[in-house]
Amino acid sequence: MNTLALTNNTMTLPTSKDPSAANSKDQAVDIQAIVEELKHATQPVGVPFLDDPKFYTRDVDVFYNQAKQAIFGVDLDIGKNEVIAMIGPSGCGKSTFLRCLNRMNDTIDGCKVTGQLLLDGEDIYAKEQDPVLLRARVGMVFQKPNPFPKSIYDNVAYGPRIHGLTANRSELDDIVEDSLKKAGLFNEVKDRLQAPGTGLSGGQQQRLCIARAIAVSPEVILMDEPTSALDPIATATIEELIDELRQSFTICIVTHSMQQAARISQRTAYFHLGYLVEVNKTNTVFTNPQHRLTENYITGRFG
Amino acid sequence: MMQMSNKTELVRASLAKRYAREKRFRFWGLASIVLSLTFLAILLTTIFMQGWPAFTQTYMKLDVNLSAEALGVDAHAPQDKLRAASYDTVVLNALTTRFPGITERKQKMALKKLVSSSAAYDLQKMVMANPKLIGTQQTVWVMADDDIDTYFKGNIDRTQPEADRRIKDFQLVWLDDLEAKNEIERRFNLPFFTSGDSREPEQAGILSALMGSFYTMLVTMTLAFPIGVAAAIYLEEFAPKNNTLVDFIEVNINNLAAVPSIVFGLLGLAVFIQFFGVPRSTPLVGGLVLTLITLPTIIIASRAALKSVPPSIRQAAYGMGASRVQTVFHHTLPLAMPGILTGTIIGMAHALGETAPLLMIGMVAFIVDIPQGITDPAAILPVQIYLWSDSPERAFTEKTSAAIIVLLFFLVMMNLLAVLLRKRFERRW
Amino acid sequence: MNTSIILLLLLVLAAFSYFFGRKRALAVSNGNRGVNKLHSLPGYYGHLVVVWCLLPSLIALMLWSFFSPTFISQNVISSLPTEIQSTDTTNVNLFMNRVESMAKAGVIDETAEPAQQEAARRYIELQHNSNIIKAVLVFALAGLGIFWAFRKIAPNFRARNQVEKVIVGLMILCASIAIVTTLGIVLSVLFESLRFFQAVPITEFLFGTHWSPQTAIRNDQVGGSGSFGAIPLFAGTLLISVIALAIAVPVGLMSAIYLSEYASKRVRAWVKPALEVLAGIPTVVYGFFAALTVAPFIRTLGESIGLTVASESALAAGLVMGVMIIPFMSSLSDDVINAVPQAMRDGSYGMGATRSETIKQVILPAALPGIVGAFLLAASRAIGETMIVVMAAGLSANLTANPLEAVTTVTVQIVTLLTGDQEFDSPKTLAAFALGLTLFVLTLILNILALRIVRKYREQYE
Ligand SMILES: Nc1ncnc2c1ncn2[C@@H]1O[C@H](COP(=O)(O)OP(=O)(O)OP(=O)(O)O)[C@@H](O)[C@H]1O
Ligand SMILES: [Mg+2]
Repeated sequence: MNTLALTNNTMTLPTSKDPSAANSKDQAVDIQAIVEELKHATQPVGVPFLDDPKFYTRDVDVFYNQAKQAIFGVDLDIGKNEVIAMIGPSGCGKSTFLRCLNRMNDTIDGCKVTGQLLLDGEDIYAKEQDPVLLRARVGMVFQKPNPFPKSIYDNVAYGPRIHGLTANRSELDDIVEDSLKKAGLFNEVKDRLQAPGTGLSGGQQQRLCIARAIAVSPEVILMDEPTSALDPIATATIEELIDELRQSFTICIVTHSMQQAARISQRTAYFHLGYLVEVNKTNTVFTNPQHRLTENYITGRFG
Repeated sequence: MMQMSNKTELVRASLAKRYAREKRFRFWGLASIVLSLTFLAILLTTIFMQGWPAFTQTYMKLDVNLSAEALGVDAHAPQDKLRAASYDTVVLNALTTRFPGITERKQKMALKKLVSSSAAYDLQKMVMANPKLIGTQQTVWVMADDDIDTYFKGNIDRTQPEADRRIKDFQLVWLDDLEAKNEIERRFNLPFFTSGDSREPEQAGILSALMGSFYTMLVTMTLAFPIGVAAAIYLEEFAPKNNTLVDFIEVNINNLAAVPSIVFGLLGLAVFIQFFGVPRSTPLVGGLVLTLITLPTIIIASRAALKSVPPSIRQAAYGMGASRVQTVFHHTLPLAMPGILTGTIIGMAHALGETAPLLMIGMVAFIVDIPQGITDPAAILPVQIYLWSDSPERAFTEKTSAAIIVLLFFLVMMNLLAVLLRKRFERRW
Repeated sequence: MNTSIILLLLLVLAAFSYFFGRKRALAVSNGNRGVNKLHSLPGYYGHLVVVWCLLPSLIALMLWSFFSPTFISQNVISSLPTEIQSTDTTNVNLFMNRVESMAKAGVIDETAEPAQQEAARRYIELQHNSNIIKAVLVFALAGLGIFWAFRKIAPNFRARNQVEKVIVGLMILCASIAIVTTLGIVLSVLFESLRFFQAVPITEFLFGTHWSPQTAIRNDQVGGSGSFGAIPLFAGTLLISVIALAIAVPVGLMSAIYLSEYASKRVRAWVKPALEVLAGIPTVVYGFFAALTVAPFIRTLGESIGLTVASESALAAGLVMGVMIIPFMSSLSDDVINAVPQAMRDGSYGMGATRSETIKQVILPAALPGIVGAFLLAASRAIGETMIVVMAAGLSANLTANPLEAVTTVTVQIVTLLTGDQEFDSPKTLAAFALGLTLFVLTLILNILALRIVRKYREQYE
């Protein structure tokens, strides 16, 4: 049953077209040179900008403290109802950038974000912008499933409850059922909605977290490596789910699996050392990368 | 699913209330901390304000006539005669000369009580050291009585009605006169640190209690440290895992750490004193009881310190062919020692302030003599505080606070030592 | 020869035996050159000789010192004239006390009864003999031990293993002191309590509502006229503990929450040690403060609004005790709250929850078992706290729920019953042990429960 997701978007990853690029001199990656090159690039290679985007970000810098800058001048638009994948070597700032989009970085002491980040034309970091409201509109799913130590029902009902979205119990029941259905979990748990959410399997827990996120009907869902703690079958289920959710939400997903990015996303952004290097249609990125770094990464030369 | 804008509106509507709740919650958190710290500040300032004056003492100038007839001995008398001479008379004479013409009995009594009874002892010491003084006129400074001391420290309100005052109007006339003629002086209260307990507040000192605490701590330290460390080493490095007996020992240690200390006092009374016949009221039995009280703390801290030594060090030693005992004593224990010492010092600091169990084993006795060893009857500092706090005289309240300051000083020193040790030797693996 | 001299000599002997043991090991292996042939380093042979020198002799010394006084006094008693022996035991004990004190001082009081003088002389003589035998026995054993160990020294003798066995054995002994202590507590408290319950029925003790142990002494009767109904004490303990916990639990918990969830690193670095200072202050200081400052303050405050407040009100003691427990509660809760994984917080913030919503609805429920454990430990501490109540709560065993009145507690009564002039067998002193037993059992239950809960909780997040 899961093969469906795999066949959906199959492609062969390109092997290096230019044999000279593979020689050892090039392999000894000179970090200094790369940084210099990235610094001077005014904008990412490919198609970073869209008309009427959901997110509009320009020149975003993120600092964890004075000494540590994690993101350097990122310019990126994210379209409505698209799935955008963010890939790149570990520590390149994918999570950091993702967490800028719903101001999760606010919870980290000393983290500072500068630049322009707009959601539907509204400044996310404006004074009058409220992080609570923002996060109700931009939900998030994390790498490790993190259901609250409550019942399945209460986990899903958590968002609607704190935001005061429902007037009565039956409305809440409807939302919970609806969200669980959308997350493809309802049939498995409908008999034990009052059982603790932590008692589910890893894959079920992650779907519970997705249900929890969509229960407040956000406009965007950010996913930070949502399947990296799951086995292939659970991963496939979630990938199918993401494909369906695309109808109603914009989805930004960070992943370390290039196959996954290829299977589920329409566009792919490649980050390197805190710089956004290349953004393009997923197909293009994987079959015909424009930037040397992207190509090195997807052909497995580093990362 | 609901409309998006609708949802945004709902959330926006809830925001004001939610942020108010957030603010309130945060306020309560801050208030809790402020409350605790305020209490701490009030406690410390009260005690310091009360105790500080006790480190000085009022002295009075006295012109004494050491005439042979008043003393009843002459300069060539043997030492025991000199010791028994009537120095009281000399003091009284000096006072009546200073304030002549007092006839009323009550006033005479009050006059006598102007200076502390230690004045006579001071003269005795002086004369016995130098019998040639007999027959001469001397000017000496002697300790004032505790009421006089209290008055000069500003703790008796002279505007109060006379009946409510411990110092009456006619005494005030004397005191004003003494003060006007510069015959009153506040000096550093050295006797407070060099003498034992006394029924007379102005003569009471903390040396006997300090020495008692010292000997008690000595016993506790010599027993608790090696035993605690040995037990910790066994449990952490040698004990078989999943062994019922070892688990039982662990449960016992954790539980003992939380058993009220007074129960240890009962144990000390029934087992050490009644059964083994260890003498009551001594640093020995106090130290034994405190050893049992501090052992769990030391064991738990030492185990934590041993646990924080990474296994790779042990493996390296085993790899060199060292036995388990050698590995522990050559590698693990030295590396864990700073942590162990820190834990031990903190445990000792707790033991130093422990009071209740020592009341059970008779360390509440009134001890004047300075203990000379671990089998002499002794009081300890916290118990001395407890005893003094029970006395009604204002001067004892002051002494109580002063003794607390001394106790806190030692505790601060010990904790500083622990902090320094931790800072100096802290290692991150 | 007294014990300390024997000990000193033994130590000197041990030092020598180490030296000779080492030397002998080197000798049997043909000096330093043959050292490779030795199974263990030469020092271990020295240590082994020391062990053999000290272990048997010290054990003998201990046993002898412990048992000889009993033997001697039995011997003296049996040699007493029959008319003294035939009187009741208290009389004989009194007689022997006098004899022993003379013997201890070493001088015969000429004014004492002739029979006492005679007995004291006998006592001194026996003691003298016993000391000589003791010294001979101890040194003989030490010598034998050294000799035995010396004989065993040979190149292939595994000295190190033997020494290590002894070391581990000693460590096991040290570790088992924990069990011995618990056993000692249980036995001593239980034994005396059983004697108490022979005089006073346990039901009267547990359910009686009148407590006045003083009368028992006056009437010189066992039990009977004294009242040992402990309900007022339990109620008083409960009242003060409840007041203390009503302060310590919310304040401690909120402090912990503020410190771990709101405070910046810098604030935390200052406030946490400051709170720990509160925990480091000895309870006698709190007691003094409660009695001298807080109680009068509450009294004046209460009277200014027209309430009658006892000068030793339960409120004052409870309040100060509460403050004393705050740091205990807050540091335990702090540990517990910090053990909640960051992922939980992220999950909640990611949903758009505010901090307080996250704390109240996610962190606290997740940390609940740990907090309950902390609460139980705090309760156990409140119940067992002694000095504050001794100094600030009264002695009057009122059965009341009014915090403005004076009440007394279990611990206060234990202290007062045992610090006066005491005869060890009167029901008054035995009652203290019965109270101690109650206290021990109660806190034991709380502690074990708490430790269990906390351990389960930790395992859940490890
Ligand atoms: N809380 C923090 N404080 C300081 N530096 C941080 C913090 N979080 C991340 N960083 C640093 O910021 C950089 C980017 O981290 P980020 O977590 O965004 O990487 P990532 O691309 O998500 O990596 P991975 O694929 O391993 O998750 C890294 O160098 C990291 O060390
Ligand atoms: Mg990441």
